[in-house]
Amino acid sequence: MTITAPPEHSADLELAVTAEPVPRTQWQLFRRRFMHHKLAVFGLIMLIAITIMCFFPGIFARGHHNGFDISTALSGAQGPSMKHWLGTDEQGQDFFYVLLKSGQISLKIGFVVAIVSTTFGVFLGSAAGYFGKWVDGPLSALTDLFLVMPFLAVIAVLLQYEGHSAGWIIVALSLFGWTYVARISRGQVLQLKQKEFVEAAQASGAPSRRIIGRHMLPNMFGPIMVNLTLSVAYAIVAESTLTFLGFGIQAPQTSWGLLLSDNEGAVNDTSKIHLLLFPGLMLLIVVLCVNFIGDGLRDAFDPQAKHST
Amino acid sequence: MLSYIARRILYSIPVLIVASFLTFWGLRIAFDPLAKYRNLHSPDAAANLLQHKKELGLDSPIAVQWWHWLTKALHGNLGISQRTNNPVFGELIHKMGTTVHLVFWGTLISALLAIGIGLYSAVKQYSAGDYIFTGASYLGIAMPPFWFGLMAIVIFVTWPVTTFHLQQPILYSIGLHGTGQSGIFNLDYYRHLALPVATLVVQSVASWSRFERASMLDVLSADYIRTAQAKGVPRRKVIFKHAFRNALIPLVTVMALDTAYLFGGLIITEQIFSISGMGRYFIDSLTAGDAPALLGWMLFTAFFIILFNLIADVMYGVLDPRIRLS
Repeated sequence: MTITAPPEHSADLELAVTAEPVPRTQWQLFRRRFMHHKLAVFGLIMLIAITIMCFFPGIFARGHHNGFDISTALSGAQGPSMKHWLGTDEQGQDFFYVLLKSGQISLKIGFVVAIVSTTFGVFLGSAAGYFGKWVDGPLSALTDLFLVMPFLAVIAVLLQYEGHSAGWIIVALSLFGWTYVARISRGQVLQLKQKEFVEAAQASGAPSRRIIGRHMLPNMFGPIMVNLTLSVAYAIVAESTLTFLGFGIQAPQTSWGLLLSDNEGAVNDTSKIHLLLFPGLMLLIVVLCVNFIGDGLRDAFDPQAKHST
Repeated sequence: MLSYIARRILYSIPVLIVASFLTFWGLRIAFDPLAKYRNLHSPDAAANLLQHKKELGLDSPIAVQWWHWLTKALHGNLGISQRTNNPVFGELIHKMGTTVHLVFWGTLISALLAIGIGLYSAVKQYSAGDYIFTGASYLGIAMPPFWFGLMAIVIFVTWPVTTFHLQQPILYSIGLHGTGQSGIFNLDYYRHLALPVATLVVQSVASWSRFERASMLDVLSADYIRTAQAKGVPRRKVIFKHAFRNALIPLVTVMALDTAYLFGGLIITEQIFSISGMGRYFIDSLTAGDAPALLGWMLFTAFFIILFNLIADVMYGVLDPRIRLS
């Protein structure tokens, strides 16, 4: 086999061989690898932009006090125009403004559920993995139990009983979101327990709390962060689904799921189709961005692993 | 093999029992079975209430109540629905009959598509087709299923009807049969089924095909595949005889575990397409606060999820003898 590398490539190679290795911290290495993942960087920028737009809708959908435009107030839902980029809703409000404002709760629920359920899952999972039998047994039984419960149904029952506030949605979704990350952290801790540095820490008399917190957690950071991003997507979709079915957010609060639920009738009226199209697109874009970021994090934390999925 | 199946069944019984107790307890807290007697304003309302309480066995401890409910349930008696006043068991059997259509076609089509796409993407890794399927699966995984259903109705029902002024849409978005139509050897049935099944299929195919691709790639890099190729086994035979069977094992497990999500997906699909199956029954019972119906529903659903998991375990044993023997 003959090597026919283009000249600039071989120059690059030479440079790499002769150059002094630049000392880099873990964080710098991680950042470089993440930045190489184009889709992840794109996703991160998009997600930040969408979040800013949702929490300051007045700046981006300017000119309509609270999104309300008196000239279109009585004319019902109208399609996109130069004045109203995404059209107006049934009440004559600028739909772009409504869409951004509705994103606030959806995003908030997504981020809070991800953080709460991941914290909870890591805590329980690593305890089960580290202490073994007496914690592990009940926990494994519990995760088995969660597998046989249709989670959407159980959450719907809970919300029907407790009320449809954002707070209870967060509690309910977190209650079902932790099992997966718990299983992952349990597996990680079981692996790390065999490592010499853990043994060394145990031998030097470090308390379990310190061994898990200072020695093991930093080594599990990668999979946990990846899982955190995936939980954001899970929570946002679950919230919109529950709300769509009528068990989630209710007026006067609003979310993307509620917009879809309120405008479900537009399926029979092609002139109002923008009321269904855009909230769904927003959900799709946000979840796509979050998944891209997750992929980028996975590559950045674990460059050696095969990424066939 | 038989002892393996028996072991798996024995293991799932306690899970089902504990799940049923927790559900019973939770629903008893959430819904007052005496609600319909409470707001009666007759003079002897209080006495009546007490009498009903005794009749329904609500004065005994929750564990005893649950035991009564469970022993009755094992005899096929799940109580009377408060909403419809019909026996819950019969209603659930009836609704299940409708839902089975969706589950059957949804799972079958998803599995075939996912295996086909996964195989193709793995064998022709980094080809144009692989990239297209990868992009599509990203979209499929990120798309909220109910939104896909709504958009499918707009594109395949509303839009053709308004644009071409059709008397009837090509595909229907309500129910499983047109009026006066029945049977499964009937074009009408498939015109009704297409959109709801597509809604169920989209998400499963997206994630399952990624999974099948990954496990196929894993297997294709194994030593025994190289050996087979080196001794001159034709490529087609290597892929289908040596690699495919092993690549199927992880997918079977994932498919079975996803049945829990399938039942969630059914709730959405049946709601959007007005199909009166298990999913609709759940929503109707929940909004009416019908505790006996909800309890029965949960037990039925948990039973089916466990059954699917059991089937997966058994398939696992069939596909991989090492697991059966350990």
